[in-house]
Amino acid sequence: MDLSQLPQQIVNGLMLGGVYVMVAVAFTLIIGMLNFLNFTVPALFMLAAVLMWAILEGHGIALDLTAIAVLLVLAMMVADRLQQARLPPPVKTVGALGLVAGACVFLWLTLSFRPGPAVFAWLDGAVGAGGRWFLGIVVALATVAVLSLLIERFTYRYMKAKYGDATEHALPLVSSLGFLIVIEHTVISTWGSDALTTESPFGNASFEVGPVLFSVPQLLSLILSLAIVFGLSVMLKTTKLGRALRSIAERPDTAPLMGVEVGRIVPVVYVIAGLLCATAGILFTINYTTVDAYIGDTVATVAIAGMVLGGLGNVWGAIVGAMLIGMVEVMSIYMVGATFKKIPIWGLLLLILIVRPTGLFGHTAIGKGKF
Amino acid sequence: MSGYLESQLIILCLNVIYAYGIFLPAASGQLNLGAAGFITIGAYSSAWINASGAPMYIAIPASMLFCAAIAFTIAFPILRTRGVYMVLATFAFAEVVAGLIINLEFLGAAAGYPVESHADYLVVVPVTILVVLLCFFLMSTRLGLAMRSIHDDEAVATLFGVDVRLAKVAAFTLGAALMSLGGALYGHHYNYIETQTFNVLLSIYILLYVLLGGTQTAWGPLVGAAFFTVVPEALRQIATASGHAWIADSRFIFFGAIIVLMMVFRPEGLVTRTMVDRAATPFGGGRSGAAPAARTA
Repeated sequence: MDLSQLPQQIVNGLMLGGVYVMVAVAFTLIIGMLNFLNFTVPALFMLAAVLMWAILEGHGIALDLTAIAVLLVLAMMVADRLQQARLPPPVKTVGALGLVAGACVFLWLTLSFRPGPAVFAWLDGAVGAGGRWFLGIVVALATVAVLSLLIERFTYRYMKAKYGDATEHALPLVSSLGFLIVIEHTVISTWGSDALTTESPFGNASFEVGPVLFSVPQLLSLILSLAIVFGLSVMLKTTKLGRALRSIAERPDTAPLMGVEVGRIVPVVYVIAGLLCATAGILFTINYTTVDAYIGDTVATVAIAGMVLGGLGNVWGAIVGAMLIGMVEVMSIYMVGATFKKIPIWGLLLLILIVRPTGLFGHTAIGKGKF
Repeated sequence: MSGYLESQLIILCLNVIYAYGIFLPAASGQLNLGAAGFITIGAYSSAWINASGAPMYIAIPASMLFCAAIAFTIAFPILRTRGVYMVLATFAFAEVVAGLIINLEFLGAAAGYPVESHADYLVVVPVTILVVLLCFFLMSTRLGLAMRSIHDDEAVATLFGVDVRLAKVAAFTLGAALMSLGGALYGHHYNYIETQTFNVLLSIYILLYVLLGGTQTAWGPLVGAAFFTVVPEALRQIATASGHAWIADSRFIFFGAIIVLMMVFRPEGLVTRTMVDRAATPFGGGRSGAAPAARTA
């Protein structure tokens, strides 16, 4: 073992931790507020990373998929409004049928015209290389935000309306696993399950401080992710929205009595969590330039270990935990070998769960429900 | 039997065994997301015992005992955790097992491990039937009743004198032994194992078979595993035969969508206790006091 590489490895560990931080905070937000383990977080991370890759590489089908996702969510929102509207039942039935017909027509139009490639052709001509960057970031963020709304309905809202307490059963967990399968297999059946690589626009931009090499994009994304999470925690602490979120986390039954509009706030939690994992996914593509359909399982689930280490529902705990896990991963690869990394990460998680289930800085009340 | 049908039958049998292994803890209210870990232990230990000279008929029970011993040991610390923490702990356990195996040179590490003895469907199918019968029997015993009561309400079960910890540990250990049996049969049927086969997705799928089949009765895992093994495969066959290859490629998208929709329309699974009670007394007897009210509120 060559100890002169140690400072470099510490820096690499921090950089990797920076990607995990946002995913861990996304996990911890949902588990802290709504008391369920959201398995769509890894899927959304992967989706954002792959969409970013696809748009950088000029795959028009990415835009087609986005259009279909947006359509699905719009149709669902209109259907919700229709159901709540005070209209005579026949009008509602006709409206629902019209909605389905309209959705089918739009789907058929999208599938037959394939607007994606045309958009790319126009974009490359009109804007140049930077256009794809901008488009990739916007599309990845927008798709994930829109899908978060869809996921919120099927993991939380309908269950809450039907059973009073959405987390009583294992329902949200199972629905989120269903979404995980849908998203992963959409990507697999579109681009296959092999590794997908792209060129980093920053090239190998880097600078040296003493013996340590800092890669510019990695450093930027670490700073960005810490800034976002810092902003989030300030938001939780000071704004009205943050106070509403904390009240839901504290007592979901009492919050509505205090005038918190739970039905409006919960989608916001999902969208924030979704945007966090989408940002992590975009940064992952930019930094590591290689993605595949399984990075949700292999990369983002590691953030679960970071989240538990810091204590469920604790944003600052998630940051420290994710950084530690990133460090543990890089160090175990450096000292023993790449195949070894699973043992310290998951062994550490198992140990913490058994010895101190509340994590290093955890709340005791969270995660005690049935599932 | 044609080769194709035989291969599908084997997959179905293995899925049913795995599903019962997850069903036993789930029937007593614990979600176990560590199926892959126990399956890996079963497959590798049976293959290793087989390779060191013992015949398959000794290696498989020995691997089940070994896996049950491991499960018994970790059951006490793992069952201290609850809810989300238990899901995470079992998940972490499976990852640790995968990480260990891939570093053990004498088990072939990342290159995989060949298995000597072959088990064809004449072994796998009868064993599966035995497992199903055993689980039906188990759910009708006092232990099965205790598991059901813990699933419905742990606090009340304790008040009625059920030894909650004993029942939970028993369910967890027996389930692990069954998954080990499934893993061992997998190894002996395909004669080659590697840790990458037993990944997170496998654990997720098996848990879904059980939760979608229903955890209230022993029919659940059988129906769930059968439904979600046969339907996607049938869909693939029909779509390929009729020239719609894209449906065959994207059948798992439909599978995921069905899962989400099932949670809306049939959240207690395909087969519920009320349904089984009604089917058992088709002439209205099930509607009397015997049928428990669906616990949905």
